[in-house]
Order: sequence, then C-alpha cells, then structure tokens
Amino acid sequence: MELANTLIDWLRPDWFLNLVVFSDNYYRDRYLAGLVTKIQLSVLSIFFSLIVGIIGAAVQGAPSRTLRVLVGAFVAFFRNTPPLVQLYFFFFAIGTVLRITGENGLPQPLVSNFGWAVIALSLFAGALNTEIFRAGIEAVPRSTVEAAEALGYTRLQIYREIVLPLAIRISLPALGTNLVNLVKTTTLAYAIAVPELLYVSAQIWSEDLNVREMMNVLLVSYVGLVAVLVWVLHRWEKALRIPGYGE
Amino acid sequence: MSMIRQDAKAPGHLAVLHPMRLHASALPLAERMFNLWTFTALILALAAFLIAPAFAQDATPDDRSIVAILLEWTPTLAGGFAFNVLISILSMAIGTVLGVILGVLQVSPISPIRSIAWLITQFFRNSPWLVLLFYCILLIPFQIEIGDTTIPFPGWIKATIGLSLPVMAYMSEYMRGAILSIPTGQWESAESLGFSRRQIMVNVILPQTVKRVLPSWMNLYAVLTMATPLVSIIGISDVMTLTRAALSAEGRVDLLIPMYLYILCWFFIYCYPISAATRRFERRFAVNT
Repeated sequence: MELANTLIDWLRPDWFLNLVVFSDNYYRDRYLAGLVTKIQLSVLSIFFSLIVGIIGAAVQGAPSRTLRVLVGAFVAFFRNTPPLVQLYFFFFAIGTVLRITGENGLPQPLVSNFGWAVIALSLFAGALNTEIFRAGIEAVPRSTVEAAEALGYTRLQIYREIVLPLAIRISLPALGTNLVNLVKTTTLAYAIAVPELLYVSAQIWSEDLNVREMMNVLLVSYVGLVAVLVWVLHRWEKALRIPGYGE
Repeated sequence: MSMIRQDAKAPGHLAVLHPMRLHASALPLAERMFNLWTFTALILALAAFLIAPAFAQDATPDDRSIVAILLEWTPTLAGGFAFNVLISILSMAIGTVLGVILGVLQVSPISPIRSIAWLITQFFRNSPWLVLLFYCILLIPFQIEIGDTTIPFPGWIKATIGLSLPVMAYMSEYMRGAILSIPTGQWESAESLGFSRRQIMVNVILPQTVKRVLPSWMNLYAVLTMATPLVSIIGISDVMTLTRAALSAEGRVDLLIPMYLYILCWFFIYCYPISAATRRFERRFAVNT
C-alpha cells in the first residue's frame, strides 16, 4: 500500500502546472543562464573536437611513422580512460600548476574552469572523431585519390578538396552518435563547477528543496537538447548526401 | 658505375621510375632547423619554464620521491579501484538482463508494447549518465518496506541501479538491431517446424544474436567502467574520492600530475585490453555474419 501511494505521488501531475523554475523570476534567469552556458560549452566542444579529429586523421595518413605512432597513442589513451578523470587531470593537476602571476601579485589560473572543460571534452571527443574520420578516409576509393594526383593536385589539396568532403559524408552517422555523446558528456563540467544546466539545477534544488521537480525539468531539457542536435545532424546528413552512395 | 649497369640490365629498374628521395644534406638549413622535433623541444621547454616556478616554491622538507609516495598509496587506491570494478560488473549484469528483455519487447508483435519499449530505450539512451545517477541517488528511497521486511538501499546500490539504466537502454538497442539482422528464413523455418513465438525467440533467435551483440556488449562494458568514477561526484567513496583524499593528505603540488596520470593509467590498463579484444572479435565475426 505504501508503495502504491508512493507511486501515485510520483505520477501526480500537479508539479507540472506549478513549476517554480518558470514562475519565479530569480530561478528562471539562473536556469536560462545555465542553459546558455550549456549550449556554449556544447558548441565550442563540438567545434574543437571536429578540428582535433580532422587534424588527427590527417596526421594518421602522413608518411612520418613517428607522427602516426604519436597520434595512435593519443587516441588509444583518450579512448580508454574515463572522461571525468581526464577532466580532473586537466583542471586540478595541470590547472593548478599552470598559474601566472596576476596584477595583484597573487597567482591566478591561466585557463578558467570553463576553458578546461572545453579543452578536456574536445580532446576526449576529438580522439574518437580521429578514429571515425580515419575510417571515413580509408573508405574513400583509392582510384579517386589517384585521379586527383594525376590532375596535379598537391597532397594538401587532395586532402582538403577531395578526400575530406567525401570522408565527412561517409563518417556522418558515426560522427552523429559521437557528438550526441559529447553533448551528454558536457554534464561532467558540473564536477569542476562550471555553471551549466546540472550545476544551476543542483543550486536551485538545494535552495528551494524541489528536487523531484527540478530533476524532471532537467531531464526534459537534456532530452530536448539532444533531440535538437539529432534533428540538425539528420538535416545535415540529408543535405550532404552523395547521389549513388548508400540507400 | 656497376650500379648503373645493373639497373640497365634489369628491365623496369630505370632510375626515373624510382620514387624521388630527399637526402638530409639536400634540405635547406631552414627546414633542418624548424622541423617537428625542434617544435616539440620548444614546446617542452616552454612548458618546463611555466611549470618550474610552481615546483620551486612548493619544495617541502618532505623529501620522499614521488614514486615512493605513489607506491605507498597503491594498496588504498587498489581497494577503491576494485570497488569501481565491482560496481561496473553489477551494473553490467543488471543492465544486460533488463536490456535483453527490453530489446525483445522492442520487436514484439503487439504495437503498444513495441512503442513503450522504444520510448523507454530512447529516453534512457539520450539522457546523460550523470543526470540519471542524480535521479537515482536523490529519488530512490533509502529503504523500502514491504510488509515486515525492510530492504535497505545504501548509496552505492542506488548508484549501481543508476548506472545500469543507460546500459539497459544501449543493450536494448543492440538487441533490437541483432534480432532484426537475423534472416527471416530462420523465423519461417522455425514456424513451419511448429515452434511457438516464444520458443522461436528463446531457442532459435536469441542464441544467434549472441555472436552479433558480443563486440558491442564488450565495448559497452568498457564505456561503463569509464563511467564509474562518476559515482564520486554524488558522494560515494570510490577510487576518485580516495585519490583526491590522498592528494590533500600529502598536500604537494608536484604530486598532482603524477597522481592523476597514475589513476588514468590504471583505467587504461583495465580498459585497453577490452577494447583491443573487441576490435579483434569485430574483425573475426564480420566475415561470416
């Protein structure tokens, strides 16, 4: 009976009609600020992780063996260690050591916690993107590259104008999965006190003691954000489709 | 001279057909000076320059070497790491069982069941692990009373449940894919042999999906293991909590980087063989599926 009451209490819809986070100005502003930080963090991490991925994949195709081994080690290490520990490593270990003397004579961190979150997440997702792009590049037909060579393209030109556009299209589905994962992983920034969605929600529920309500709002916001990203990626995939490939 | 004569003798060994070789001496001085190695050395020097003052000002009377300190803390950290592994194994077990059931429901012939299973899968697959953990930690009661028996729910069990939810959703999606990839002929021939739908699923289809799901399942386990340090955020004492406690107990700035790298290496040593094995399985099974 107790259990049934709890269950009914859970499902009772009155919290839905009276959300503090939408009725109270103070909480609403904070929540929206958290949402903006979250979106900034996601967009910057996605952007830099793509750059890391493109450079990493380009280097893995380079003739230099040393470079290839270095990038391989980078990918293996970042893929097989927990992102949270990576974030701690950057923020608490490197961030503590990397200090400059500020104007008032006290040591100040060189990079803010938001900056470290972007760096750590970009490297983590960039390592996965490197793998994904490399697979895409390997899937580009060899004869296409040879044709471009015969037309007198340089290595860089071939990479930029022939291989990359094709490889990106081939690797889009895997890339989409990884980017969705990245947006989900940005929650980790909570651990180093970046005021993103989860962080402001935790603050709001510890002040207002409305844990259940905030939790639900939070989950819905996240699912909404991910849905927007999935929709954008789907549109992108459709727009970039090469006639004759796939389907 | 003899080289040229040999080249001339062997057909197809004309010098012009060989790839062009750059000799070190032929490179201009600028390129010999400003290559990758010089660049790396410069970066390292810059990093050392930036980091060195921090080491200098925090030189403590404590003269134990960093390796000695790491070794001293190893048993404590190993205990924490074992706890992480325990959580990952339990969550994987719970998540796999629930995920297989949910995956089978996703291909159920009854449309409402199919939709609900799909909705649950998508919901847990698209919400962040950390948010689900918070959900479970804060909203599951610390004990449940059924009749006279009281079932306690300590924090780490709630965390295990929280981690098993996304595992369940991913597993459900893998199972759906695997079941749909079994040729329809298998269903039809089993039906013609008089098997019921339940029997077909349990005796014919599910055994065949094992091989297809195995690589994804192993990868999922590695991802789950890498997610276990998240429980330290919600206040459960694991390897990460112990690491930070050790660091604050030692209070040495020069220990920060080695200590975190040490923990990263622990996870790497545990997870890398799993992902390497996954790749090998993928390659082997890709041939005859």
